[in-house]
Amino acid sequence: MNTPSTTLLKTPLDALHRELDAKMVPFAGYDMPVQYPLGVLKEHEQTRSRAGLFDVSHMGQAYLKGPDAIAALETLVPGDLDGLAADGVRYTLLTNDKGGIIDDLMVSKYEGDLFLVFNAACKEQDIAHITQGIGERAKLEVIEDRALIALQGPAAAEVLTRYIPAVRHMEFMTIAKLRWGGTSCIITRSGYTGEDGYEISVPAEDAEDFCRILLSEEEVEACGLGARDSLRLEAGLCLYGNDIDQTTTPIEAGLTWVIGKRRREDKGFPGADVIIPQIADKPEKRRVGIRPDGRAPARAGTEITDADGNTVGMVTSGGFGPTAGGPVAMGYVPFDMAAPDTEIGLSVRGKILPAKVAKMPIVPHNYYKG
Amino acid sequence: MSSKYTEDHEWITVDGDIATVGITDYAQKSLGDIVFVETPEVGSAVSAGDEAGVVESVKAASEIYAPLSGEIVETNADLEDEPSKVNTDPTTGGWMFKIKMSAPSELDGLMDEDAYTAHVEGLE
Repeated sequence: MNTPSTTLLKTPLDALHRELDAKMVPFAGYDMPVQYPLGVLKEHEQTRSRAGLFDVSHMGQAYLKGPDAIAALETLVPGDLDGLAADGVRYTLLTNDKGGIIDDLMVSKYEGDLFLVFNAACKEQDIAHITQGIGERAKLEVIEDRALIALQGPAAAEVLTRYIPAVRHMEFMTIAKLRWGGTSCIITRSGYTGEDGYEISVPAEDAEDFCRILLSEEEVEACGLGARDSLRLEAGLCLYGNDIDQTTTPIEAGLTWVIGKRRREDKGFPGADVIIPQIADKPEKRRVGIRPDGRAPARAGTEITDADGNTVGMVTSGGFGPTAGGPVAMGYVPFDMAAPDTEIGLSVRGKILPAKVAKMPIVPHNYYKG
Repeated sequence: MSSKYTEDHEWITVDGDIATVGITDYAQKSLGDIVFVETPEVGSAVSAGDEAGVVESVKAASEIYAPLSGEIVETNADLEDEPSKVNTDPTTGGWMFKIKMSAPSELDGLMDEDAYTAHVEGLE
């Protein structure tokens, strides 16, 4: 909080955050709102019950262009991008040669090209990695002049439909180029909260007006990174750098589903020789959901113990789940301890607190099913 | 007698040789929504400055220090089920523990209300 704000990057919504009296914190090199006066708990509940508006402009956006773009990107990710519908959105991973994860990202087929959204903290590294990996086969065009706004929650569709009617029947995990007045928006029906909703890429100069309009709707409140984190944790969604990183494989992370059937056979992505055998042989460790029995939250870095008190793993994300009504966490345990309801211990402030492995998502997803 | 305060944003009220401890309104506002309070064990001995408990908000865990030396004689059981009382009612219903003081003269080293107000203003 004491970092001089002059050294931090600002999103196009910076002035609006300050006007709304947000508490700003440094995050991935950006000055970002962690919460507004409503507070993390109520912002979380707001998003679960109505709609939350999040500034996620710190995330990287890029086009990958060229007739060979799909085949080129497939050499870097385990996802079946070729098999994606013409307006499809897919969650995928950049993998390294050891089978670890360089970043997780969203890839959309968009007007004959690909539209990518990746993590703020990994931006520079991803750009370098993709540029080097694709060589001359395709061209990565980083988008610097658009904001990214997430409107999430059960009322998101109704609210956004008032301004952009075509969003109502967009399928989950699809993308569309739609106009809001004279402004061109790139909209995906997706998110990071477990709720229905949209991520909307708008020109930076229109972002503030767009947000003011949405915030004028009675169902919508501005929500910060604090609520975004508790929402995604309850939804079982990974935070890169915490729950997945260069040392965890997609199989260990419980992300086997991101590996397309065709890709399991062609094995044409980095680390496939490590990753593919783990599907059948089972990895040594597995990411699981965790519910502590008591009320004390177990934060990232908490050691996980077995019934005999031996350290067997570590919590990678943890805190209080407002919708779950108690502490929630995720972390890695040995594969044979990964079944739901397995009793484990959490070493919190010198005491071993009882907990159980929990099925993820801890709070059921509420995605649009048409 | 009136309340005393620490630099760590705890308040203390004294009745005879019993000091009641909680966190200030400034502290609860800075911490945000409080979801868990761990109080010390009744019967345990504490020295001024010892870690005596933990307050967890949605964001992070923060230690609570014993402002005075003595024996913990009572803790606020209501906070187990309703930790948010620290947010809604920090200076009465959100009290955390009571210390039977072994060195009441330590009270002289704590801030009075005016000094604490100035301390908080200096932080803003």
